[in-house]
Amino acid sequence: MTTDKPVKVSIRHLYKIFGPEPEAAMTKVREGMGKPELLKTTRHVLGLRDINVDMREGQITVIMGLSGSGKSTLIRHLNRLIEPTAGEVLVDGENILTWPEGKLRQLRRETMSMVFQKFALLPHRTVLENAGTALATRGVKRRDWEPEAKTWLKRVGLGGNGHQYPHELSGGMQQRVGIARALTSNSGIMLMDEAFSALDPLIRTDMQDLLLELQEELHKTIVFITHDLDEALKLADHLVILKDGEVVQQGEPQHILLNPSDPYIEDFVADINRARVLRVRSVMQAGPAEGTFAGDIAPDDNLESVIAAAKGALEPRFRVVRKGEVLGTLEMATVMRALVPRGSRQAAE
Amino acid sequence: MATYDGFFDSLGLRDWCDAGAQDGPMSMADLLARAQGGSTEAAADAGSLWDLPFPSLDALAASCPAIPRSRDLTVGLETGFLGIRDALRVVVDPVTQPLSWMLREMLWVMTATPWWLMIPILLLITWAVGRSWKVVGLVALFIGLLAFVDHYQAAMETLAIIFVCAFICVLFGVPIGIAMSRSDRMQNFVTPILDMLQTLPPFVYLIPLIFLFSVTEPKLYGIAVILYAIVPVVRLTNLGIRLVDKDVIEAADAFGMTKTQKLFGVQIPLALPNIMAGVNQTIMMSLAMVVIASMVAAPGLGILVLRGIRNLELGTGLVAGFGIVLLAILLDRVTKAALARIDASASNR
Ligand SMILES: Nc1ncnc2c1ncn2[C@@H]1O[C@H](COP(=O)(O)OP(=O)(O)OP(=O)(O)O)[C@@H](O)[C@H]1O
Ligand SMILES: [Mg+2]
Repeated sequence: MTTDKPVKVSIRHLYKIFGPEPEAAMTKVREGMGKPELLKTTRHVLGLRDINVDMREGQITVIMGLSGSGKSTLIRHLNRLIEPTAGEVLVDGENILTWPEGKLRQLRRETMSMVFQKFALLPHRTVLENAGTALATRGVKRRDWEPEAKTWLKRVGLGGNGHQYPHELSGGMQQRVGIARALTSNSGIMLMDEAFSALDPLIRTDMQDLLLELQEELHKTIVFITHDLDEALKLADHLVILKDGEVVQQGEPQHILLNPSDPYIEDFVADINRARVLRVRSVMQAGPAEGTFAGDIAPDDNLESVIAAAKGALEPRFRVVRKGEVLGTLEMATVMRALVPRGSRQAAE
Repeated sequence: MATYDGFFDSLGLRDWCDAGAQDGPMSMADLLARAQGGSTEAAADAGSLWDLPFPSLDALAASCPAIPRSRDLTVGLETGFLGIRDALRVVVDPVTQPLSWMLREMLWVMTATPWWLMIPILLLITWAVGRSWKVVGLVALFIGLLAFVDHYQAAMETLAIIFVCAFICVLFGVPIGIAMSRSDRMQNFVTPILDMLQTLPPFVYLIPLIFLFSVTEPKLYGIAVILYAIVPVVRLTNLGIRLVDKDVIEAADAFGMTKTQKLFGVQIPLALPNIMAGVNQTIMMSLAMVVIASMVAAPGLGILVLRGIRNLELGTGLVAGFGIVLLAILLDRVTKAALARIDASASNR
C-alpha cells in the first residue's frame, strides 16, 4: 500500500559529526565507535550515523526520537541548512549536495518550505506579509502574491488577521501563520520541525487535524518531526525512530507498534493507548466476509470505536468496508489480543 | 662614573658604546649636573642600592652613549610624523575636503537663514522624527530661551556642526558595523580601534590633526568630532545585527533569501532599535566633542565657554555652559522620541 508511490526525497548513508575536525572523527565512527565514546576521546559530537530513509511523494514521514537524538539535525540536511560530513541527499533523484549556491537557493524557494518549532515569523512584518514571504523572496510583486497569501491565511483560519503583527497573535495562531507561509510557497515538500511542540494539547490536536485535513487535498510530501509518539502515530504514513543519531526502526507505524524490533521501542510504545492508535486495517482479517455481522466498520476506524460499537461485548464480528467495498472481517477477540503489548503477551505465554 | 658602567663593561660592550657616542642635545639633568660641577659622579659613587635608578633610556645612556635617550624618542616621533606629513596630506587632504565644504555650507545655511524661518524648520524636523507634540514644545521653548539671551547664533553653529558630523558618523558607522557583524575577523580588527578611540582623551587626537591640517580648515574639528562620536553607532550596529534572533535568520535562509535580502529585509529592520540607540549616543558625544573642539576653532557655544575660562568671565562661561546643557537635553529628547517610536512599532518581539 505504501510502496507504490515514488520516492521524493532520499537520504543515503548520511553522517554528521559536529566538531573542528569531523573527517578525523569520521574514520573512528566508520570503525564502529559510538556516540559517548567519540565524545570522550575526540570531543566530537556524533550527530547522525549512517541514516538511510526514503520519503515518498504525497506522504507524511514522521521522524521521532527523544531530545538530542538528532531530529533537527536530520531535517536541516534536507535543505542543506546543515552540511553533512558524508552521504547523499537525493531530491527527485538528484544529489543536492553537489548543487551550487544558486540552484540550492532555488530549491529552498520553490521545492521546499519549512515550519519551525518557535514559529520564526518575521516580527516586523504583518501576518499577511509573513504569509507571502516565500513568494516575495522569489521576486513576485506584492499585488500578485497578496491574493495567494490571503487564500492560505483564510484556509488556516486567519482570514481576518492579515493586518496584525505576529506578536499580537497567540502561539497557535502564530503557527497557523507559519503553516500558511509554507503553503503559500506552493512547494511540493514541507519540512516541519516540531511544529506543534510549543502548543498546548488542545490547540495541538486542532493543528494536527488541520494538517491532516490539508494533506487530504494537497498531497504534499511532508517531513514531520516530533518527540511525541501519539502525534507521530496520528500523522505518520511512514515512521522513522531515531536514537542517538541512528535509525532504530522505520516503517508503517501500525506495524512498528505491533512488531517493535528493539527493547527501546517496546519501552517507547508500552505506555501508548493502543485502542486509540491501532486501526482496524492493521489487525483485521483480509478476505471475503461471510456470515452474520454486528455491523460495518471502516478500515481507518481505531479499535476504541470498534469496542464502543460492540458495546463492550466480546462476541460480535464486524465487516470492514471502505466506500462500499468489503475488505475483510474483524473479531472482537482479535481486537482484545492486539490491545496487549507484545512484551506482556510473551510474558504471559 | 654612572651607575650602569659596570654592566656594559662586563658585557664587553664598552667599545660599541663609545663608538656610537653622539652629541645629542643635552638633557636638563645633564645641564644641572654640569652646573654643579661633577657632583653627579660623587653621588653615583656614594649611591647605595636604595638609590639605584631604574634602567631607563636616560640612565643607560649615561653609561653608554650609544643608547638613545628618551628625549630622542619624542624628537624621533616628531620628525617621523613631520616626515610623512606631506605624503599623508596628499592623500588625506582631498579625501576630507568634502567635510570642510559640508561644514562650511551647513554653518552658513543655519546662521544665514532668518530665525523666523529656521526655528519652524527645526520644529518641523522634530515633529518628523519624534511625532510628539511634547518634544516639539520642549524644542521651541529651549531654542526660544537660547535666542532670548542672544545665544541663538552660537547655538545654531553648534547644531550645524553636530548635524554634519552625526550624519557622517551614521553614513560610515552603520556600514562598518554591518561589516563587523558579518565577519569575526573584521570584528577582531575593528574592536581594538574603537576601544582606542573611545579611551584616548579627546585632546590627544587633536594633536596630530593640528599638524596635519591648517587650523583655519573646519575639517580639523570635523574629523576630531567624527572620530570621537562614531564609536557607539558602529558598536551598536554590530551588536544589534548579531543579536537578531537566530531562529528568524534560519527561517530567512530556509526560504532562500539572498544575503542582501536578509540584510535589508530582516537584519537591519530587527536591529533598528539598537542602531537608533547608537545614533542617540553618537549625537550626544558629538555635542561633547564640539565643545572641546572649540580649542581648535570650532565655532559655537564652546567658544563662549572657552572665553569664560580664558578671560575669567564667569558669567559668559556659565550662560554658555547652561546653553550647552539645554542643547544636550534637546538633542537627547528628540532622538529618544524617535527611538521610542521605533521601539513601539517593534514592541514585544
Ligand atoms: N552546532 C552543533 N555543534 C555541536 N553539537 C551539536 C550542534 N547541533 C547539534 N548538536 C548535537 O547534536 C545532537 C542532536 O541535536 P539535535 O538538535 O538534532 O537534537 P533534536 O533531536 O532536534 O533534539 P530536540 O528534541 O531537543 O530538538 C545533540 O547531541 C546536540 O548536542
Ligand atoms: Mg530539535
